[in-house]
Amino acid sequence: MSRIEHKHSRPIRWMHWFNVVLLSGMIWSGLLIYWANGVYRIQIGQRVLLHLFPDAFYNALGLTSRLAEGMAWHFTLMWGFALNGLAYVGYTLISGEWRHLVPNRNSFREAWQVLLNDLYLSRVDLPKRKFKGAQQFAYTGVILMGGSSLLTGLAIFKPVQFGWLTWLLGGYERARFEHFALTVGYVLFLLVHITQVIRAGWNNFRAMVCGYELIEEISVTK
Amino acid sequence: MPTTTISNDAARELHRMTRRSFATGAIAAVAGTASLWWIKRAAPDDGISWPLRKVMEFNARLSETTFNPSRLAPTFDVAQAQEPRVNGMIGLKKELDVRRWHLDVLSSGEKPVVERSLPINAIHELPRFEMVNEFKCVEGWSEIVQWAGCRLSDFIVKYGRDTPFVGITTPDRAYYVGLDRASAVHSQSLLAYEMNGQPLTPGHGAPLRLVCPLKYGVKSIKRIGAIQFTNKRPADFWAERGYDWYLGH
Repeated sequence: MSRIEHKHSRPIRWMHWFNVVLLSGMIWSGLLIYWANGVYRIQIGQRVLLHLFPDAFYNALGLTSRLAEGMAWHFTLMWGFALNGLAYVGYTLISGEWRHLVPNRNSFREAWQVLLNDLYLSRVDLPKRKFKGAQQFAYTGVILMGGSSLLTGLAIFKPVQFGWLTWLLGGYERARFEHFALTVGYVLFLLVHITQVIRAGWNNFRAMVCGYELIEEISVTK
Repeated sequence: MPTTTISNDAARELHRMTRRSFATGAIAAVAGTASLWWIKRAAPDDGISWPLRKVMEFNARLSETTFNPSRLAPTFDVAQAQEPRVNGMIGLKKELDVRRWHLDVLSSGEKPVVERSLPINAIHELPRFEMVNEFKCVEGWSEIVQWAGCRLSDFIVKYGRDTPFVGITTPDRAYYVGLDRASAVHSQSLLAYEMNGQPLTPGHGAPLRLVCPLKYGVKSIKRIGAIQFTNKRPADFWAERGYDWYLGH
């Protein structure tokens, strides 16, 4: 027999999907802005390994010469991104959901084990819980990144009125770099997140849409 | 071999919920896409869709109401000053005869007349003020520059009027900016005539330019020709091309 089990509450699901749109919009409009001064690069000594970003990247995505549009969207969507994020944090705190999400003392060991399992380096059965240790680190980490994006963003949006914040972050130039680096962080997070969702399969994905998971309790009877 | 019963009640119930949730999700996705599309395609108001313009103006009002004039743009050691890039020649295209240059103070209103025509000495006679701070471009770069000039607030006391706005243009009227009163009278808003210890070069706005570290560099108009104290928000070159009018830090 199989049974259905509640996994994600309605507010969590709505906020998750809102955030998909809002974060995509922030990254896209952020690229329209960044294009106007796309100076960051990965280099060793004098050797530039990767220029962020090559012209072909902007051209392929149609991101060139759209600074005004990018700023207008970025400073509009920022409200949605901030409010949705604060609502999410507020909800998880009030509902007690944070207990599933924030890493605890077992999470470190478990996260390591998840990593080894996923890289096919070991096979250890992990305790069945809502979120595994690795997920706890990833999901708590990405929320902290969201908060950092708001702070670094404010520091470069209002560097005089919030001069103390800009100063704490190492100055205007550094705050801009930190804001950019966080965005790279989201992209890396999303690569892993989407890969893991695909690996976990339909049942898991569906739970983020309808809230429930199908638990198959297999009885082996001959 | 173990078999699972797909057609049991639980699975059926989940199937029903899945259908309903995906239907809701599809409606939400269509509504969301339609809203974003509508914002993007809405009639332009000065070069940007009007709903986005409304939000920019909301952001500006919020900045103005929470504005604290005692907060200063950070200052740096003069040794850190760099030669800034020349990043815009609008309004600087014609040759300028500095000896014949003067600053026109215009009357307020739609059809302003020149109330006063000041020679550069009138500016040099006002108290000199120096500062070293970041010149922040709307494009995202910043450079540390040393400036010397008179405070716009001192100029206003002597030659201007206390109005909600200040409009400034180049002699040929090709480039123009608007400032709100609070930013104009801020202690770091300068009418500058020197950069990095040298008189301004033509490319950097000789003989007189604005430097307003509370705003992106586009507001720091080069080669000032005329200044107007007005109750109506002045036109602003880049604000007419999709950028925020306020652009304040």
